[in-house]
Amino acid sequence: MKTEHEKEQATLELNGQEHITGSDALLQCLIEEGVDTIFGYPGGAIMPVYDKLMDYEDKLHHILTRHEQGAAHAAQAYAMVTGKPGICFATSGPGATNLVTGIANAFLDSVPVVFITAQVVSGLIGTDAFQETDIIGVSMPVTKWNCQVKKPQDIPETIAKAFYIAKSGRPGPVLIDITKDAQLEKLYFKYKKCNYIRSYNPHIPLHTKAIESAAIMINHAERPLILAGHGVLIAGAEDELKTFAEKTGIPVASTLLGLSGFPSNHRLFTGMLGMHGNYGPNLLTNEADLIIAIGMRFDDRVTGNLKKYAKKATIIHIEIDEAEINKNVIVDVEINNDAKEVLKYLITLVKENSFEKWIREFRICDKTEYEKVIKPETKPEKGELRMGEVVSRISELTKGEAIIVTDVGQNQMYAARYYKFSHPNSLVTSGGMGTMGFGLPAGIGAKIGRPDKPVVTFVGDGGFQMTIQELGTILQYNVPVKIIVLNNNYLGMVRQWQDMFFDKRYASTKLVNPDFVMIANAYNIPAKKVLKREDLKSSLEEMLASKGPYLLDIAIEKEGNVFPMVEPGSSVSEVRLTY
Amino acid sequence: MKQEYTISLFTEDHIGILGQITIILTRRQINIDSITASESAVKGVQLLTIVVKTTNEMVQKVARQMEKLVDVMKVFVHTSDQIIYQEIALFKVTTKGLMSGNVIDHIVRAHHARILEVSPEYIVLEKTGHKTEITELLTQLEPYGVLQFVRSGRVAITKQVKELNSYLKEMDEANRFKTEPTLN
Ligand SMILES: Cc1ncc(C[n+]2csc(CCOP(=O)(O)OP(=O)(O)O)c2C)c(N)n1
Ligand SMILES: [Mg+2]
Repeated sequence: MKTEHEKEQATLELNGQEHITGSDALLQCLIEEGVDTIFGYPGGAIMPVYDKLMDYEDKLHHILTRHEQGAAHAAQAYAMVTGKPGICFATSGPGATNLVTGIANAFLDSVPVVFITAQVVSGLIGTDAFQETDIIGVSMPVTKWNCQVKKPQDIPETIAKAFYIAKSGRPGPVLIDITKDAQLEKLYFKYKKCNYIRSYNPHIPLHTKAIESAAIMINHAERPLILAGHGVLIAGAEDELKTFAEKTGIPVASTLLGLSGFPSNHRLFTGMLGMHGNYGPNLLTNEADLIIAIGMRFDDRVTGNLKKYAKKATIIHIEIDEAEINKNVIVDVEINNDAKEVLKYLITLVKENSFEKWIREFRICDKTEYEKVIKPETKPEKGELRMGEVVSRISELTKGEAIIVTDVGQNQMYAARYYKFSHPNSLVTSGGMGTMGFGLPAGIGAKIGRPDKPVVTFVGDGGFQMTIQELGTILQYNVPVKIIVLNNNYLGMVRQWQDMFFDKRYASTKLVNPDFVMIANAYNIPAKKVLKREDLKSSLEEMLASKGPYLLDIAIEKEGNVFPMVEPGSSVSEVRLTY
Repeated sequence: MKQEYTISLFTEDHIGILGQITIILTRRQINIDSITASESAVKGVQLLTIVVKTTNEMVQKVARQMEKLVDVMKVFVHTSDQIIYQEIALFKVTTKGLMSGNVIDHIVRAHHARILEVSPEYIVLEKTGHKTEITELLTQLEPYGVLQFVRSGRVAITKQVKELNSYLKEMDEANRFKTEPTLN
């Protein structure tokens, strides 16, 4: 019996459709989906695809990274700043397994990336052939969807599905594993974009009743607080969020990944939530009588101790992923829809209001936090340089116009806390996974995605060395990304925990580092060390004014700690300003 | 409080779907009591019936995570009183033991079991029913020498009136004519 695809192939042949190889078809599918940039790394099994790439050089720009993990992170960052899915290629076996950290990272942060891996020829699958790994099995728990293709005629439909799934609903990474024979054999090619899959329903009819009850609660609340997450940015609902907050007068707090979804300098913005978030929104979460959570998932880094979280509040949860509702926090009103659609309707139902007394409580907290933490961090007069002042100076010098990329650790928390974001999608960071090594390749992906914007990447001396080889990618493609190494000679964040919770026993957290300036120079990247406060501003200015890539290695106080902090196991209202 | 739940999943007939589903249970440390798979009343749609013991809160969470899988259409969770269910068991018992006296007739009748095969060495019995009934029969047979015993997973029919087809239709209407989603 003929399969659907065989019948279709016969019709296409009759219609005189182009007869091309699977590799050709794959690349044409990508072009049809609007792809122009691919991050990847070749190898035996994927060579037919790479060979064909040469025929599409004018349409498909391939960036050869120095490690597949780098390609995955770069593709994710590219997706985050452009709103288009990122594309990443890798070969079978070690190429595919090297992607896993990057795939998992995109999965936890809901970023659409289409991963294409090659597989050994179909006849060898399951035999432990050379460079065969079961990447479908390996990536199953960290992809939104994955699929193996063993026949060339299955390529167009699978790729179309992959794009549809990656982008729609709660976005996420997908992986397509294509056998070498499917890349080499021919098919009659026709491409049709996918916009429907029977078992997958990303478009949920608007829950108007629930939104109407939410509006009543909002209209009667006395101490309401909006918690804005990444979902706001993914839905493209920044304008709606602003209108909603301004009409109702409700203060807004943001998760780490939600940052830049609401202007940092807006009078209703109260700061970041969570472990190293701001004092006010953490403390006052437990005073709010109504919480409106939009596109966020009550991650444990945000909620602290769940038993003591937001006990005085009625909770409205607007979330596109039903599995996130009532997962960590039991909510009162669930609105399982796209944030933008919900806000559009909600705006029409809520009354104009203001909560000046309630907002004043946040401002009082801000003042305390400023005196105890922010001022000493951003305007120290003596002692060694602090991460806070570096980020603050960058924020001032770029006037909030830059895209900020971070690695993981103290450097990440400082960048998130002290940069003043004014445009959506201007923070690229690894939230759910906290993947050290994300920063440098993500900076490359962000700059390639948005060449019109200054891109500044903050990395720690530890995380930088996890993907430092990507300096080679910067060299090869002359990617004008600005790299700031916040160098404290420690795995700072871990050292902070040792300081606070392990009697200052600094087990394996001290780093003996190479000369990062010499390393950058070896890659032909201009670089400079900054040791003194007097040199900071001028060095940053020089870096920002430079045309190409640039690295600053800034010596930071070795044993600085990030505050405020909600200690593990503590309630958000027990947030500490010092210790 | 932990209780027995029957999870019915309607899925596309794709390789690997079972793996995706069991990963969700494994991560939450939920043991699978039984599992069966078959084609459902709708052509091309697989029906998986999984029996687990856990809390209501947890079973709701995992059901939502299962339904989120791209190849899963719809997930229903039922307590035992909301479904009609059966399991089947086969017993291989020594002929010598069972043939003495009228034991065999008595047991078969009392338990609504069936004799499938008789040979000089063994007799194979079949019993359909609930787990407790099957266990009862097993206990009864044990003194006569049970050579083999095998029990199937649960098959279940729900008492609810709304059928899969109407869910499929609703989802279809919500999604079929939507244009491609746009990201910001
Ligand atoms: C791949 C990976 N390994 C380990 C960790 C655990 N970890 C989190 S922060 C951190 C220290 C980071 O040190 P550094 O890059 O120097 O940044 P700093 O905190 O000093 O700014 C470590 C080891 C991690 N997040 N990711
Ligand atoms: Mg460090």
